Amino acid sequence: MTPPDVDASLVRAHHEEWARIVAGLARRYGDLDLAEDATAEAFAVAVQRWPDDGIPPNPGGWLMTTANRKALDRLRRESQRDVKHLAAQHLVDDAPPEPVGPVEDDRLRLIFVCCHPALSMQARVALTLRLLGGLTVAEIAHAFLVPETTLAQRITRAKGKIKAASIPYAVPAATDVAERLTGVLAVVYLVFNEGYLASGGDEAVRTPLCDEAIRLGRLLHELLPDDGEVTGLLALMLLTDARRNARVSRTGELITLDEQDRGGWDRGLIAEGHALVRERLAAVAAGGPAPGRYQLLAAINAVHTDAPTARDTDWSQILALYDRMALIDPSPIVRLNRAVAVTELDGPLVGLAEIDRLTDALDGYHAFHAARADVLRRLGRSGDARAAYDRAIAFAGNPAERAYLTRRRDQLAL
Amino acid sequence: MPRYLLSVFGPAARTDYGPYPSKEDMLQAFADTGAFNDRLQREGYFVFADGLEPATTATTVDGQGESPVLTDGPYLETKEHIGGFWVIEAPDLDVALALAADGSKACRGVIEVRPFQTAESVAALLDS
Repeated sequence: MTPPDVDASLVRAHHEEWARIVAGLARRYGDLDLAEDATAEAFAVAVQRWPDDGIPPNPGGWLMTTANRKALDRLRRESQRDVKHLAAQHLVDDAPPEPVGPVEDDRLRLIFVCCHPALSMQARVALTLRLLGGLTVAEIAHAFLVPETTLAQRITRAKGKIKAASIPYAVPAATDVAERLTGVLAVVYLVFNEGYLASGGDEAVRTPLCDEAIRLGRLLHELLPDDGEVTGLLALMLLTDARRNARVSRTGELITLDEQDRGGWDRGLIAEGHALVRERLAAVAAGGPAPGRYQLLAAINAVHTDAPTARDTDWSQILALYDRMALIDPSPIVRLNRAVAVTELDGPLVGLAEIDRLTDALDGYHAFHAARADVLRRLGRSGDARAAYDRAIAFAGNPAERAYLTRRRDQLAL
Repeated sequence: MPRYLLSVFGPAARTDYGPYPSKEDMLQAFADTGAFNDRLQREGYFVFADGLEPATTATTVDGQGESPVLTDGPYLETKEHIGGFWVIEAPDLDVALALAADGSKACRGVIEVRPFQTAESVAALLDS
């Protein structure tokens, strides 16, 4: 039996040190494979030794030293003849990096490599979760409902491309950093959403993915504290995750925002999210750049989580925020969310007209039919509502969402 | 330094001016591509570049059997064919991709960027 404090230390070290060690080894040896394997080995040694030897006074340093030794062992094994050459090289490279500010953190370089636009989105997600999150191949495969061999191949192929095509282990030039960062945030948000709104499988919420996305969001915020969209994404995830426990009933049914028990919301996460949103509001008011989509979505969620009851929701403010969203992202999904706010402000008849305008674009999207069904229900058009619920249920991949839609449909007056 | 093949793809269907809709477009593309080539040379990326005759002039050869099998036309029948290429040297993929974007604009074609094998990658193949 492992004493509980050792377990806790191992988990904490894994969360805090994994990415740092992979990133440090990747810089030193220029080989992601080697960095990943040596880091995994070091943690395996820790799992074996810490229960007997005790937790080292500096767990991060211990793990880094062990991982570095593992990496050198492997290089020796693989290339006996080159060992002197390697050793000589590493004597030079062993110098600690110059402290040149957070932007030069090895982990930031690793983030930009894992989320490089020359890699497919699937590859970016898998690499990010493996190399930065330290999730095992089995864990990632399980979370995305793909066979382990597929996931392992995806990671191997991506690392092969990074090496063969010389994808640089670097933070992009200042002129490209904003665009590249958008791609990084998209990866993190995709991981979060896949956890929060699992699109398939039997679980309503895949907590490990949500937790990992928030950890990545915190890491990005630590590395780039002045970037508005980085702050916005973290706030958005915190304010969404704060409602996690109130969002699914004991019987596994989705509970929509208006029916949630707000006492079940995590006040600590909400306070943290609100503070980040206020920070951005102040920065924008002081002449900073206009808020992007994550900041606007965070602000919308701040309005929702600010209301003591669903009735108190300030829908005019939410509509104003969706209007701003539509300016930077005039997609049908944004317009659907805007139409929901319109329904609350101007009534279901006006809302329905807005929703129906999106039929061509969103006919295959469950949330479109769910929103339409709800408006039709409020208008007393039970037959039409039933048909809309049927469509929504057919397209919904998440079991909790299906259960909720089914109950709503079955409650319709005949 | 890593070497990359930049292959230019364009429509198989041709006008009198190759893949270009008009003579003016063709002349402008030639001028822009020439300027891009000059820049590659000046900045030290250029290794080789050239354009190809249309895919209809290609002959496919399979010499693996006893006697070679010849087929009239390109290896793959597709709507888009390679129309030319650059070989460049660049410090990393980001630089190669940025150059490819400029080259694509100059020659009015989509570009596939692909790294060449290196002594190191071939050695790894031999070791495996």
